Amino acid sequence: MAPRPVALNRGAMIRGWPGRSAALALAAFLLAPLIAILWRAGGFGSLSTADWPALRFTLLQAVLSALCSAALAVPVARALARRRFGLRGAYIALMGAPFILPVIVAVIGFIAVFGRAGLLNSGLALIGVAPVSIYGLHGVVLAHVFFNLPLSVRLILQGWQAIPAERFRLVALLGADSASAQRLLEWPMLRQVLPGVIAVVFAICLTSFAVALTLGGGPRATTIELAIYQAFRFDFDLGRAASLSLVQFALVTLAGLAALKFGTLGGPGAGFDRPVARWDLTGRGLRLADALWLGLAALFLLGPLAAVIARGLTGLTHLGAAVWQAAMVSLALALAATGLTLILALTIATARRGWVELVGMAPLAASPLVLGTGLFLLIHPLARPADWALVVTLTVNAAMALPFALRILTPVIAGIETDYGRLADQLNLQGWTRLRWLILPRARPALGFAAGLTAALSMGDLGVITLFADPERATLPLMVWRLMGAYQMQAAAGAALLLLILSFALFALFDLGGRRHADP
Amino acid sequence: MRHLAIATGLFIATSVAAETPVLQVYTYDSFNTEWGPGPAVEAAFEAECGCDLQFIAAGDGAALLSRLRLEGARGEADVVLGLDTSLIAQARDTGLFAPHQVQAEFDLPIAWEDPLFLPFDWGYFAFVGQVDGPAPTSFAALAASDAKIVIQDPRSSTPGLGLLMWVKLAYGDQAAEIWADLADNIVTVTPGWSEAYGLFLEGEADLVLSYTTSPAYHLIAEDDASKRALPFDEGHYMQVEVAAKLAATDQPELAERFLTFITSDTFQSVIPTTNWMYPAVVPSEGLPAGFETLIQPAKALLAPPDQAAALRDVALEEWRRALSR
Repeated sequence: MAPRPVALNRGAMIRGWPGRSAALALAAFLLAPLIAILWRAGGFGSLSTADWPALRFTLLQAVLSALCSAALAVPVARALARRRFGLRGAYIALMGAPFILPVIVAVIGFIAVFGRAGLLNSGLALIGVAPVSIYGLHGVVLAHVFFNLPLSVRLILQGWQAIPAERFRLVALLGADSASAQRLLEWPMLRQVLPGVIAVVFAICLTSFAVALTLGGGPRATTIELAIYQAFRFDFDLGRAASLSLVQFALVTLAGLAALKFGTLGGPGAGFDRPVARWDLTGRGLRLADALWLGLAALFLLGPLAAVIARGLTGLTHLGAAVWQAAMVSLALALAATGLTLILALTIATARRGWVELVGMAPLAASPLVLGTGLFLLIHPLARPADWALVVTLTVNAAMALPFALRILTPVIAGIETDYGRLADQLNLQGWTRLRWLILPRARPALGFAAGLTAALSMGDLGVITLFADPERATLPLMVWRLMGAYQMQAAAGAALLLLILSFALFALFDLGGRRHADP
Repeated sequence: MRHLAIATGLFIATSVAAETPVLQVYTYDSFNTEWGPGPAVEAAFEAECGCDLQFIAAGDGAALLSRLRLEGARGEADVVLGLDTSLIAQARDTGLFAPHQVQAEFDLPIAWEDPLFLPFDWGYFAFVGQVDGPAPTSFAALAASDAKIVIQDPRSSTPGLGLLMWVKLAYGDQAAEIWADLADNIVTVTPGWSEAYGLFLEGEADLVLSYTTSPAYHLIAEDDASKRALPFDEGHYMQVEVAAKLAATDQPELAERFLTFITSDTFQSVIPTTNWMYPAVVPSEGLPAGFETLIQPAKALLAPPDQAAALRDVALEEWRRALSR
């Protein structure tokens, strides 16, 4: 019996090192560009007086956006978790769409519904109500909720689905009502999941720039990211850009630490993976409330999407060869980035260490401009940056998608380890075998969702390619951007629709593939 | 043997390629798209120079200058095409550029004497709206009206910066008041021209800050005469786009030849309907049909490059304060 604990420890160590190395590599990938910029600038620059209001606004909008997204996501996720209806699968898949749209396209879709001349105000005018303005802090928050509600819903839904059917069966056997089910099963789960969701949305909104400025209505809505932009191209003050970038890193680290402190990892307990049946939810009032939440969320998310589709239809038939070529480049990049992100995410998530996870969130804080410029400074003395455009875009896209993949996978893998880890240790399932027989099968829906999200995000991200622009090979988002810059708004709308279709197809393919036969 | 033959063939091919001199021209993104002037310019110049002209696109004008500064003297660029008047002073201070020898009769509303920077096109900023929409004739009238406008952020966009300088030159010390009065007309401020113009076309605002030549695009390319630019009594701020030779170029003669080519009819006749700007030297066949419909501002405004930077910082602070209230 004596060797047993030794073997266990070694097993734990072997499990840990790939994750630690992946996290260290990622940290180096994020820090090296910053150091290159500091080197070039000769040290940090001091912040200007205008940066403090920017910091205040950035924090305010990010906190509000995170809280609103999470608060609204809970009832929607609950309704999705406890109701079964015909188009439920499609509804869940569709929830991914706003998140994967390129910002500039989504903003125009959003304004087509909520803007001055949008559907909402046209409707209000018909019934004689004064128009509502979308521009201001509330508009920024609403737009961020539009982007992040779907992700929040999916992450929370995942938590709900991790509660084994047996628990609900037990609640029913004990004759408890839905309020007790909430208190005994659902609240503890939310307490685990919500801090992570809030932290990730907070981090996403922290680096927001185009959405915040356009919907914020003016310089009041200046964010740190815009200040970085200004430092680079207006003042060419690299030191100040580096300082601002560090502020972003610090804030995301704080958010990540808070999420680690308040959220606990660990599964809700193992079950036999039976379909969940709920006996506590038969009341008509509850059913109506769920339907209402689902309907409102669908309306809110589908409106702007429908606008994007409607605007793009005419342009879709007039796309030039260059757009199709760009689409192929983007597809290839997206698939490669997905592979890279999943490997990194799996290694980091199985390491199960706090600091490793914290590093995994850091890409959210990285300003694309700082990252791109730093990489440019690193590559330029050695090679032609344009030759590396696609490699850099691929790596940056993979790193940028990693936090999302981790947010999806980490709780699931932690749950699997708490519930089945000891059994696996007893069976001496380690390394690849453990991954192959325990983790991959049980994490399949989460893996599919993570892969889908990564693919779609890489597809739609403008990333850092503008800095490296390769004259021969543009990506599809860059193409949309160029078309818009050349008055070709109709062609741009068409290319944006193509981008939406391809991103969504990739997302749905992976996501539905992961959930097939896995979702009770 | 076959492998050897292929290898020899490859060797010959590469050595022939190596003899063709390469001219690398850094430009902004929209110049080198299939709708921009890039492809036509490249074909025409390559036909006469026996060289390989490569356009390398890097964002917009300001991003272009940042890129050149990042690369420093080790850069590969021979020529830069697409800096503008608001960037000239900063660009000159970098010491990265060399004087050119090109002599040309420019058709600009202002006199142009600059040893480093050679104009290739120019335009006036203007508010663009629908033909049947509101038509204020000055900033004061605009501020007093309830017309809604969408503008660009001067910190991230060239037209945004142009508007900032326009108001500052027209109103001097009163610029801050004009901005305060304009605040309730501004629907929103976008990061770049594309978002603003997109919002305008969506009907989100009555007017958008763009160029006097914007209606020409709609008229000529889309056969749509419904857009117009508004003449303002204060005069219109100008943007002159320039090219320059890098001091570190390894192809000084070829670079010089390209700069001369820029002022030729071949290059200049491509500009109006691809870049939608006025050519710096009007080609012998004149401007394309449709351009005669555009407004002709009575007064051209332009800050002298050496004062532009100082003026810009003051104006930006005024703008930020007035619109943050």
